[in-house]
Amino acid sequence: MNYSVLVEVSLRPGIADPQGATIERALGALGFDGVTGVRAGKAFRFDIEADDEAAAIEQAEVVAERFLGNPVIEDSTVTLSPTDQELGPSTEPSL
Amino acid sequence: MAGRIGVVNFPGSNCEHDVIKALDELGGSAELVWHGDTTVDGYDALVLPGGFAHGDYLRPGAIARFSPVMDAVSRFAADGGPVIGICNGFQVLTEAGLLPGALQKNQGLRFLCTTAEVRVETDRSALTTGVAVGTVLHIPINHFEGNYICSAETLAELHAEDRIVLRYVDNPNGSIDSIAGVCNEARNVVGLMPHPERATDALLGSVDGAALLRSLLSEAA
Repeated sequence: MNYSVLVEVSLRPGIADPQGATIERALGALGFDGVTGVRAGKAFRFDIEADDEAAAIEQAEVVAERFLGNPVIEDSTVTLSPTDQELGPSTEPSL
Repeated sequence: MAGRIGVVNFPGSNCEHDVIKALDELGGSAELVWHGDTTVDGYDALVLPGGFAHGDYLRPGAIARFSPVMDAVSRFAADGGPVIGICNGFQVLTEAGLLPGALQKNQGLRFLCTTAEVRVETDRSALTTGVAVGTVLHIPINHFEGNYICSAETLAELHAEDRIVLRYVDNPNGSIDSIAGVCNEARNVVGLMPHPERATDALLGSVDGAALLRSLLSEAA
């Protein structure tokens, strides 16, 4: 089964995010005074072949934690969806 | 007689020849090691120089850590061989897990290119054996991601084990505890953001980096 993965990496809470703070100030200059809590990060999309959803998430989390994000300063979240070609009745693991 | 020093050349390194020239002029014998090599046999010390290894893609050092030579560098370090990471080389060593912590973007989001005052905090590291604790050195810094950070536990360990090698006198980048350089537990792996190789000739404005490189040469002897 082929899964589409979205990994989002952002600085951990408590780690200063000067980029996010700068964006927030710029939004104020654009007239959006009500925008707060801006955090900058990175997003990665890829497809992954795995037996089932749990296996796909497990692999993607390893990729996220060991490579795409630096766990000393960053958190990562993994979001999964079946790729378009796999959409349909087959939520069963493929054999 | 100083031993042979290998200077690891990643695609995107740009300080490797400066390091070689500085070490050679101090009486050493340094040469390039290609990042694709799988052995560092025959070297008595290694330097990971500054630059933008693999374009700093993803994060500085994040791709370089997978260069074929890094397995050999890790084994060399585990066997007690002196390994120095300067600037981008420091970033590579943290990404490779050979040094604790991480280097994040400078506070204030400015690329810094200036001469910094750094104080030697321990003389028990491969880079500072010949330099008295408390000595203040004038050494160029040249980085965007030099803001050292680590967990509170790691910081406590660094303090308890006397592993902070250099501190900025006037913190330029937001580094936790003004840290400019640290070493590993065995004290043979050292990472620092300042560029000692750029302070080895009066013509460059300072010769203070020579004291650090001489320590490395004596470790490699």
